Amino acid sequence: MKITVIFFAGAREAVGESDVTVELHENATANDVLDFFSSRFGAMKQIRPYVRVAVNQSYVLNDYALHDGDEVAIIPPVSGG
Amino acid sequence: MVCIQEEKIDVQEILNSVIVPEAGGVDVFIGTTRNHSRGENVLALSYEAYVPMALELLRGIEKELHLRWNVHKVSIVHRIGDVPVTEASVVIAVSADHRAEAFSACRYAIDTLKKDVPIWKKERFENGEVWAENAEAKLAEKK
Repeated sequence: MKITVIFFAGAREAVGESDVTVELHENATANDVLDFFSSRFGAMKQIRPYVRVAVNQSYVLNDYALHDGDEVAIIPPVSGG
Repeated sequence: MVCIQEEKIDVQEILNSVIVPEAGGVDVFIGTTRNHSRGENVLALSYEAYVPMALELLRGIEKELHLRWNVHKVSIVHRIGDVPVTEASVVIAVSADHRAEAFSACRYAIDTLKKDVPIWKKERFENGEVWAENAEAKLAEKK
């Protein structure tokens, strides 16, 4: 399946892109997306324990099953306010 | 009403937007940018947001306030982009019949915003810059 991954704040700087389209195996989960980028970017691996994942603009748990066309956002600890 | 904007926030306008004849109390929270953090002088601050999701969560907070408290109107406005020190980065105004509800609802709104809404602040210092992290957000991630 093909999904779009978007990165914010420290995650964007870790990956050097604000959005990337990736091809993942069927049955892929949010965790697989984190694996994919953590294995390629050391800085992403460092912040991985602290990031949350949102799919189509809602927070999900890491075992959430993805679907073709999903928008997956990597959300570092927020600092609004 | 919820809004994310790059323009300077007009606090009076937000306040006016929640005043209705039925309300006996209005509570306003104004978050302002501060000139120090981590024991260092902050030279500049800038905010970014995952705008569509942030708006969706802010609308959710607005709905929750109406469900949990007897509030009349709610306005939540967050600024993004560069925010000079002393200017408002966020303004939340809540009107209710009585002050207790306005205070509680407003406090819940800012606490929830700081924990969950995908907005980030970068602080620039004399020798470097760092993405700030809200204490509430770090707790949320450990669940």
